[in-house]
Amino acid sequence: MAAAWEWITDLGNSKMFALVLFMSTFIGIVIYLFAKPSRARKFETYRYIPLEEDDSHLEPTARRDKTESEKQ
Amino acid sequence: MSQAATTAGSVPASSVASTEQYNYAIVKRFAIAAVLWGVFGMAAGVWIASQLAFPFLNFDIAQITFGRFRPVHTTAVIFGFGGNALFATSYYVVQRTCQTRLYSDSLSSFTFYGWNLALILGVITYMMGITQGREYAEFNWQIDIIILVVWVAYFWIYLQTLLRRNQPHIYVANWFFMSFILATALLHIFNNLEVPVGIFHSHSYPLFSGVQDAMRQWWYGHNAVGFFLTAAFLGMMYYFVPKQAGRPIYSYKLSIIHFWALVFLYMWVGAHHLHWTALPDWVSTLAATFSILLLLPSWGGMINGIMTLSGAWDKLRTDPIMLFLITALSFYGMSTFEGPMMSLKSVNALSHYTDWTVGHVHSGALGWVAMITFGSLYHLIPRLWGVNLYSLKLVYVHFFLATIGIVLYITAMWVAGIGQGLMLRAFDQYGNLAYTFTESVVFLHRPYVVRAIGGGFFLAGMLIMAWNIAMTVRMGIKSEAREREEARAAEARTA
Repeated sequence: MAAAWEWITDLGNSKMFALVLFMSTFIGIVIYLFAKPSRARKFETYRYIPLEEDDSHLEPTARRDKTESEKQ
Repeated sequence: MSQAATTAGSVPASSVASTEQYNYAIVKRFAIAAVLWGVFGMAAGVWIASQLAFPFLNFDIAQITFGRFRPVHTTAVIFGFGGNALFATSYYVVQRTCQTRLYSDSLSSFTFYGWNLALILGVITYMMGITQGREYAEFNWQIDIIILVVWVAYFWIYLQTLLRRNQPHIYVANWFFMSFILATALLHIFNNLEVPVGIFHSHSYPLFSGVQDAMRQWWYGHNAVGFFLTAAFLGMMYYFVPKQAGRPIYSYKLSIIHFWALVFLYMWVGAHHLHWTALPDWVSTLAATFSILLLLPSWGGMINGIMTLSGAWDKLRTDPIMLFLITALSFYGMSTFEGPMMSLKSVNALSHYTDWTVGHVHSGALGWVAMITFGSLYHLIPRLWGVNLYSLKLVYVHFFLATIGIVLYITAMWVAGIGQGLMLRAFDQYGNLAYTFTESVVFLHRPYVVRAIGGGFFLAGMLIMAWNIAMTVRMGIKSEAREREEARAAEARTA
C-alpha cells in the first residue's frame, strides 16, 4: 500500500496515470455513445424531454383538477 | 406554445402550475432576487468604471473607492445576479424535467435566505475594508462557512430531487447543473483553506503561501469561470433554448460529448493565468494546451445550441427572447475562442496585466452569462406568474441597449489593453523603456470613458428589464387576486 502511495505521489507517474485514465474514460464514453446504433437512437429521443414535460401550467384549471384527483 | 408567454399584453396566456405539484414560490424568490442584484451589481460596475475614467468620483470616501467597490461589483453580479438566477433556473429545470416537486420547501427557503444573507454580509464587509484578498472569493472566513452550509443544502436538495424523479432519464441540463454544484463545492472548500486569527476575528491566513497559493487561487478562479459561469449557464441554455424555440436540442449525443469534454478539460486550465511567473513552466504549458483543447467542446456546445433553431431562423425576426438566447451563444463562441488564444504564452505576454483581460471577461460575463440569463428570465417569469410579459417592445429595447453596450465595452478594452501592452513592451533605440507608466495611464483615459458609456448602456437595459419584470409581476399578482375573488364568489353562490 505504501509503495502504491509512493508511486502515485510521484509527479512523473501521476501525470501519466491521470492522462491515461481520463483519456481512456473519455474515449470510452464516445465509443459507448456511437458504437451501437440503437443506443445512439435511444439517446436522441431524450432531447424531447423538455418539450414532452407536463405543460399543463398553460391550463391552470386542468392542472389543479388533475393534482386534486391524484390526491384522492 | 413557447410563444404564448412572449406575447405582450395583459391577457394571461398561462397560469402558474399548481403549488401542489411544483414548488414555484422558491423559483419566484430567486428570480426576483437575481433582477435586484443585477441592478445593484451593474450600477456598482458603472460607478467603478466611471471612477477609473474620472478619479474624482472616489470623493475621498474610503467605502466607495475602487479598491473596495470592485469586489462589491463582482460579488453582486457573479453571485448575486448570476447565482440567484442559477438557483432559480436550476430549481425550475430540475422540477420540470424530472416531473417531481423540489425536495424540502424549508431547506430550499434556507438556501434562499442563507445565500442572500452571505452576499449582503459580503458587500458590507468589503465596504468596511474586510477582505481575504482572493479574487472572486473575497468573503472572510465566517461568511465562507455560511456559504459552505448553504451549498451543501443546495447539493442535497438537488440530489434528492433527482432521486425522486418520475422521468427515467436525467436530462442533460441537470448534468450541467449537478457538475456546477459539485465543482463549486470543491473549489470553495480548497480555495478557502485558511487559519483564522481568532474566533471573533475577521482575518485569516491562507494555508499555502507563495506560488502554491497563486496556483490555488487561479485553479479556483478559472474553474469558477468554468463551472459557475459556464457549465451552469449551459444547463440553463440546454433547457431554455429548446423551450423558447419550441424545438428539441440539435443533437443529444453532441450535448453528452460537450458535457464530458468540458468537465474533463476545464480543471486543468487555471494555470494559464500564471504564465511568465515563478510557476514551473510545464504547469503553465499544460494549462495552455488544455485551454486550446477546450475550444472544441465549447464550440461544439455553441453549435448545438444555435443549430437548435435550424429550420426556424425566422424566430429571430419575431421573438426578442430568442434574440437574447442566440446572441448569448454567439458571445459564448466568441469568448471561448478569445480565451484559448489569450492563453498562448506569446499572446499572453502582451495581453496579461492589461485591460484586454478585463474586456475578455466582460465579453463572457455580459455577452454570454448576462444575455442567456436575460433570455431565460424573460421566458421564466411570465410563466411563474401566469401572465404575458408587460411589454415585448421593451425586451427589444433592452436587447439593443445591451448589445450596443457590450460592443462599446469590448472594443474599448481591446484598444486599451493592446495599446497598453504595446506601450509597456516598447523600447527605444538604446534599450530603455519607450514610455513611462504614467504615459500608459494617460493613454487609457479615452477607452475608459467609452467603457463607462458602454456599461451605462448595459445598465440602462437592465433597468428597463427590472421595470418590465416588475410590471409583469404586478399583473400576475392582480390576476391571481382576481382569480381568488372569482373563486370565492363562485363558492358563495354555490353555498
